[in-house]
Amino acid sequence: MTDGILTLTVNGEARRLVAEGQRTLLELLRDDLGLTGTKHGCDLGECGTCTVLVDGKPVLSCLTLATQTRGSEVTTVEGLADGLVPHPLQKAFAELGAAQCGYCTPGMLVTAAALLERNPQPDTDEIRQALAGNLCRCTGYIKILDAVKLAAGAVR
Amino acid sequence: MTGNVVVGRPGPRVDAADQVTGRTTFAGDIDRSGMLIGGLLESSQAHARILSVDTSAAEALPGVRAVLTGADLPVPYGILPVSQDEHALAVDKVRYVGEPVAAVAAVDADSVEEALSRIVVEYEPLDAVATIEEALASGTRIHGEGEGDNVHRRAALEFGDVGSGFDAAHLVREDVYFFGGNTHAALEQHAAVASAGLDGRVTLWSSTQVPHYLHRTLEKVLEMPAGRIRVIAAPVGGGFGGKTDPFSHEIVAAKLAMVTGRPVKIVLSRQQVFYAHRGRHPVLMWVKTGFDPEGRITAMHFKSFLDGGAYGSYGAASLLYTGSLQTSTYRIPNYKFEGVRVFTNKPPCGPKRGHGTPQPRFALECQLDEAAADLGLDPVTIRRRNLVEPFSMTVNHLRITSCGIEECLDRAVEASDFSAKHGNLPEGKGIGLAAGAYLSGAGLPIYWNDMPQSEVEIKVDRGGGVTVFSMATDVGQGSTSVLATIVAEVLGLEPSDLAMVTADTDLTPVDLGSYSSRVTFMAGNAAKEAAEGIRDRVIAAVADELGLSADVVVVAGGRVGSANDEDKTLSWADAVRAAIVRGGSLTGSGSYRAPDLAGPYRGSGVGISPAYSYSVAVVEVDCDSETGEVRVAKVWLAHDIGRALNPLLVEGQMEGGVYMGLGEALFEEQAFRHTLHRGPSLLDYKLPTFLEMPPVQSILVETDDPEGPFGAKEVGQGPLLPVIPALANAVHDALGVRVAEVPITPDKVVAAQRDIKRGGDGRFGPRSVPDYDFGRLTRVDPPGEF
Repeated sequence: MTDGILTLTVNGEARRLVAEGQRTLLELLRDDLGLTGTKHGCDLGECGTCTVLVDGKPVLSCLTLATQTRGSEVTTVEGLADGLVPHPLQKAFAELGAAQCGYCTPGMLVTAAALLERNPQPDTDEIRQALAGNLCRCTGYIKILDAVKLAAGAVR
Repeated sequence: MTGNVVVGRPGPRVDAADQVTGRTTFAGDIDRSGMLIGGLLESSQAHARILSVDTSAAEALPGVRAVLTGADLPVPYGILPVSQDEHALAVDKVRYVGEPVAAVAAVDADSVEEALSRIVVEYEPLDAVATIEEALASGTRIHGEGEGDNVHRRAALEFGDVGSGFDAAHLVREDVYFFGGNTHAALEQHAAVASAGLDGRVTLWSSTQVPHYLHRTLEKVLEMPAGRIRVIAAPVGGGFGGKTDPFSHEIVAAKLAMVTGRPVKIVLSRQQVFYAHRGRHPVLMWVKTGFDPEGRITAMHFKSFLDGGAYGSYGAASLLYTGSLQTSTYRIPNYKFEGVRVFTNKPPCGPKRGHGTPQPRFALECQLDEAAADLGLDPVTIRRRNLVEPFSMTVNHLRITSCGIEECLDRAVEASDFSAKHGNLPEGKGIGLAAGAYLSGAGLPIYWNDMPQSEVEIKVDRGGGVTVFSMATDVGQGSTSVLATIVAEVLGLEPSDLAMVTADTDLTPVDLGSYSSRVTFMAGNAAKEAAEGIRDRVIAAVADELGLSADVVVVAGGRVGSANDEDKTLSWADAVRAAIVRGGSLTGSGSYRAPDLAGPYRGSGVGISPAYSYSVAVVEVDCDSETGEVRVAKVWLAHDIGRALNPLLVEGQMEGGVYMGLGEALFEEQAFRHTLHRGPSLLDYKLPTFLEMPPVQSILVETDDPEGPFGAKEVGQGPLLPVIPALANAVHDALGVRVAEVPITPDKVVAAQRDIKRGGDGRFGPRSVPDYDFGRLTRVDPPGEF
């Protein structure tokens, strides 16, 4: 991979950008595209706050080189809602208090969205396994679990 | 409590829509035109004299706009007036690995990194002090602060007469416990953005829990009038006490903005967050408690030794907190507290959720279980026989008002089936219990003054729009939503009807900050008073307009007027216009200052509060007797919240407190190899994930505190307290081992089991404390009503 023009789709919109070899997807999203909904938490891929979807799969954008996403479809928290109509997960997270400080929320939401996409009716263990890479320091995960279950019902 | 519409109803946060769409702008998300990036150079030495700092190679880099060293910010500061011992950048000496020494502002992050690597610091290493024992014995003095040697603060207080209490005891236990330090590890790394204008004004956005105290610090260190400094607390991505000190990067960002004329952003790396710390103090504790034959406490003597790290921070208060709340849950007729906080060459400790009280709570609740076993009592009975009474005084002059500890105990025991399970579960499984209490706000501000601790203003627009102004800072606990709930209830509106302006020193009246679980109680009371002023004016105007007597006019459901006759009502907007026509600008304010609760002794300012929350936790565990691994099966937590303003938010705080308590109990530790942090990363410092979190049953106990807003008390910190000892007691029930040291890691469990096999008592942890002179003892008579 070399420096140069990078084309990819972000939240359904085709983007054409210049990305140096070592630029991470997280930097591209936050600094170049101004999509600051995706957060930075640990530098090491441990906390999951920087999770975004690349071609529908959750990836840690702090460990992903921007150039690796050439031609991909990237979805961030900003791309979950349809205009002012929230994704069922967004609605459920808000209603059930699944966000406290809200810092882990974008990563949680996109990871959960990928889960519901491939498994619309996850059981408790499947939800816990899917979100085990996303740390939350506020909620004890309990209301997050409730919210994913509620959204799964709504998605159905 | 009848007639409440919004209060008591579970509802979403007022800021939830922004949170779930990625629109919440944290400090690190802020971008400004022409913004530079700033960075800090950390000390590589634990303790050293700075001989020289050569910044010339850094300054010569093309992208670099400014380089600062300690000489540029010579004014010392610290969160407590008695501990002004920090500098934004080290002056003359460094005192821990990771201490900021120099700073750079440059056009991009790569240039910052390159510039920092080019700064040459020449150090003369000094002997470093790593532990409590070393600090008490070492001839090397870390700095000139404190009471001498490496002692920061000492305390020695006796209430009543412990000697006669022990003489009267049937059983006297002496036990030693150790609580390892741990850190907040909020997911948001601390961040600050500063901007300085040609008008001589400076603005700082920061992930701070205490914009008012930060404002005061900037006034001092930047040597500028406060009126020219604006501090805005951005939404905080997790606080837990970790963002309640003024920090180097905040001051440095402001100074760099002033030097360069450009906005400057500094985001700490995760490693720097571990060094910034201010987390839970490691505390070594010795507890001697006397009991009568029925298990009633006759006297307690408590000694604590705090490892403070390199600076004062909140430490003078932390020290006293390790001695103040023992009496808040159990009636202790004679009580003696001796404590010392030492300086070591490690990142400074400070307040973390529960501030200085989880450590003694762990010791006290473990010892109660041990005493119960000695006396042939069960854990519930010994506690029940010692519970404090509502509306009573403690021997150390704490005023207890509403107190639901007994109901918490009853309901947690019943829900968990504790009594049937305790002592009767199969080998490896166990159940444990503990209680706790916490302040609903510190009774005194950090700096002495007679002003209110919280002020709230409300402005009503001609179209009926209501804007609430408060410096209360939402750190995730939902303070903005709590204030909206209170104002909405008083004005007959919905929380979502209100615009909330918070945590901005230019726009909002002072609230001291989000610490000591004070916001619901203190800012809540101020908001209620402000809203009631508005409501009364609107009611008077509507009564006049409609020819009603004011005492029959009510506000409800967005209308104002007769409760019985819909025709005799006005919409809220029309009612507001009627009030503005009659009285002009429709604005209101309210304020709150805690009653004077200090006892007749120095140090009594710590521990007092207008109200205490109570919690009881039951933890059930499943232990692997081979590996020593402890898995938590379920937690029951009963919490006396006074009155739940929003039960959804209350449960969230309870669940979060359980989570954080379990992490501390099981594996979280800010551990060092001598003075070097063992792993300042989230790879090495483990946080509980989804998979470690057990189900939690939250039980809300409501006691309607007479002074709380709508009866409410705190929930942000108290629920954590009993979780840690309840887990320790559960491990004892499961395996018969007493791990008297937090965290309760598998190696300690295994070691304690081996001790049993070798004929020992199955105790893991220190067996003694240093022989130390805590200084002149202050004897205090118990309160007259005691």
